[in-house]
Amino acid sequence: MNITVLAKYVPNPTGTPELGPDNLLVRTGGDGALDPGDEYGLELALQLVEASGGEVTVVSMGPDEAIAGVQRALAMGAHKGVLITDPALRGADALVTARVLAAAIARQPADLVIAGAESTDGYTGTVPVTMAELLGMASVTAVRRLEVDADGFRIERQTESGYDVLRAPVPTLVTVTAGATEPRYPSLKGIMAAKAKPMERLTAADLGVEDLDASQSVAIVTDAPPKAGGEIVSGEDAIGRIADLLAEAKVI
Amino acid sequence: MGAVWVYAEVTPEGPQAAALELLTKARTLGADVAAVALGPGASEAVAELGAHGATTVYANDEPVFADQPGRAAAHTLHALIGQHRPALILFASTYDARDVAGRLQALTGSTLMANATDVEGPTRARTEIFGGTKVVDVDLAGPEPRLVLVRPRSFVAEPSGGTATTVPVEVVIPGGATASVIERHAEAASGPKLEEANVVIAGGRGLGGPEPFAMLQELATAIGGAAVGASRAAVDAGWVPYSFQIGQTGKTVKPEIYIAAGISGALQHVVGMKGAKRIVAINKDADAPILRIADIAVIGDLFQIVPALTEEVRKRATS
Ligand SMILES: Cc1cc2nc3c(=O)[nH]c(=O)nc-3n(C[C@H](O)[C@H](O)[C@H](O)COP(=O)(O)OP(=O)(O)OC[C@H]3O[C@@H](n4cnc5c(N)ncnc54)[C@H](O)[C@@H]3O)c2cc1C
Ligand SMILES: Nc1ncnc2c1ncn2[C@@H]1O[C@H](COP(=O)(O)O)[C@@H](O)[C@H]1O
Repeated sequence: MNITVLAKYVPNPTGTPELGPDNLLVRTGGDGALDPGDEYGLELALQLVEASGGEVTVVSMGPDEAIAGVQRALAMGAHKGVLITDPALRGADALVTARVLAAAIARQPADLVIAGAESTDGYTGTVPVTMAELLGMASVTAVRRLEVDADGFRIERQTESGYDVLRAPVPTLVTVTAGATEPRYPSLKGIMAAKAKPMERLTAADLGVEDLDASQSVAIVTDAPPKAGGEIVSGEDAIGRIADLLAEAKVI
Repeated sequence: MGAVWVYAEVTPEGPQAAALELLTKARTLGADVAAVALGPGASEAVAELGAHGATTVYANDEPVFADQPGRAAAHTLHALIGQHRPALILFASTYDARDVAGRLQALTGSTLMANATDVEGPTRARTEIFGGTKVVDVDLAGPEPRLVLVRPRSFVAEPSGGTATTVPVEVVIPGGATASVIERHAEAASGPKLEEANVVIAGGRGLGGPEPFAMLQELATAIGGAAVGASRAAVDAGWVPYSFQIGQTGKTVKPEIYIAAGISGALQHVVGMKGAKRIVAINKDADAPILRIADIAVIGDLFQIVPALTEEVRKRATS
């Protein structure tokens, strides 16, 4: 089974995000990382090919330094990397991103395409299904478990109140939720091996995607009013104060 | 100006609360308001959708909309858009509605804004970023209809007292590959719904395991009408089911009082609870970010404070 994993390079997920003077998220500066939300899907892909053969290709669209994210995926065990990087894609919106990634997937059809349920920096959560529609593929989002069988895929999808089981054909695109798998750490051997793995760099033009104009623009950015500092309590006092608050709010 | 539509998620138990919130907002935008309700429960939901501001409800009760998430509704909606040309469609930020909006975007080529917290007009919506510390107004361009996914509980649903005309919708599903639901499993829930409770008590990684959640439940029971929630760390660890999760990828709650125990206050958690009227945070680390947004910041051990608080609440209840 050949699997394509979409993996985004995001500004340091534990750092403080910043807006640049152009009101776009600052995506350069070197402390970015492979989106932790995409590692669950990558781990799932690696487990599937380890069990039944095939290759994992990682596809990412991002600035030059996003190559570090692809390299991490290769070090974890992916077989090939594709990085789409193009100054014209800076500020790309959800639709442009979906068109570019869909074109990259179409060049090398896979049996399964795996994305994250939502990115850590943008958390739009729609790019994968937009791609599925552009590619005419079946899709299942919010996947917490996936099994391969003779008829295709048996998938558990997270719902508000529990989970649904779905059947999906080959090929299918899925988005996986956090916690679906336990991502491995790249081994030293993996890191060394990654350097020799195939790595392709493409531009939007290489993929034949022409309309790159974003249809959204930031009009105004303001700071939310800071919240007034609360009261700090400890020990015995705390109990009485919380109980008073509950009483004031008439909930007890 | 073209109409404003609300993609109203429905079940046989009634329309989702978010549909009524979005209709309440749509009424203020100065255009005709319609709702689109697809799937089991659609026809029955018409009256309530009408009572919250929809003058027309495009409805179809076919189970296919629930059984083939996303694709069936996106194509049916696309055909409907071709006939009526709305200017703006509002969706709730749920997994199901995201699937519909995302696929629809591929068909219409229109703009899609996610995580909106307010809609200011047919071409402008607002969002909050970086855990709500910055407010961003976004101009929406490109072909109509613009698609906006709004975070739940951004508006308070208020009835308009109106009524709606039902317009039957034809199911449009192209041939081709699709995934289908074959089983549904509901996790048993007890007590008040997290989104509706007056008091929410949430536990995080600081609880250390599944058992201490019983301690939070005891406090909830002592208060009465309180619900127990969790951070994603507690959900990912498997201590409580996903339906407990509060935050960006979980539920948005706006209770009178929110009590966070053993939760650090990551941005992604805070967006789901910062609308609470009062916040109490119990954390043993004086530097935990949650303490900075709390009205009462308790620096201490939750394993001492929570049981003592339960005692105190019981004592006050009987005195
Ligand atoms: C794309 C994305 C989406 C996300 N969505 C969500 C979401 O919807 N909801 C969510 O919650 N998170 C979400 N997260 C995760 C979020 O970033 C944090 O990792 C998570 O909220 C941390 O959970 P926590 O506060 O329980 O754990 P921690 O950050 O580990 O905090 C535990 C806290 O418990 C305190 N503690 C420990 N022992 C005690 C004790 N005995 N008494 C008192 N205090 C104690 C510690 O001091 C610490 O502050 C998301 C992350 C990403 C990347
Ligand atoms: N620029 C990108 N490069 C690679 N994958 C992406 C990119 N943007 C989005 N994705 C994939 O789509 C998922 C959802 O992203 P989003 O819709 O932006 O929240 C991510 O978790 C990735 O798997």
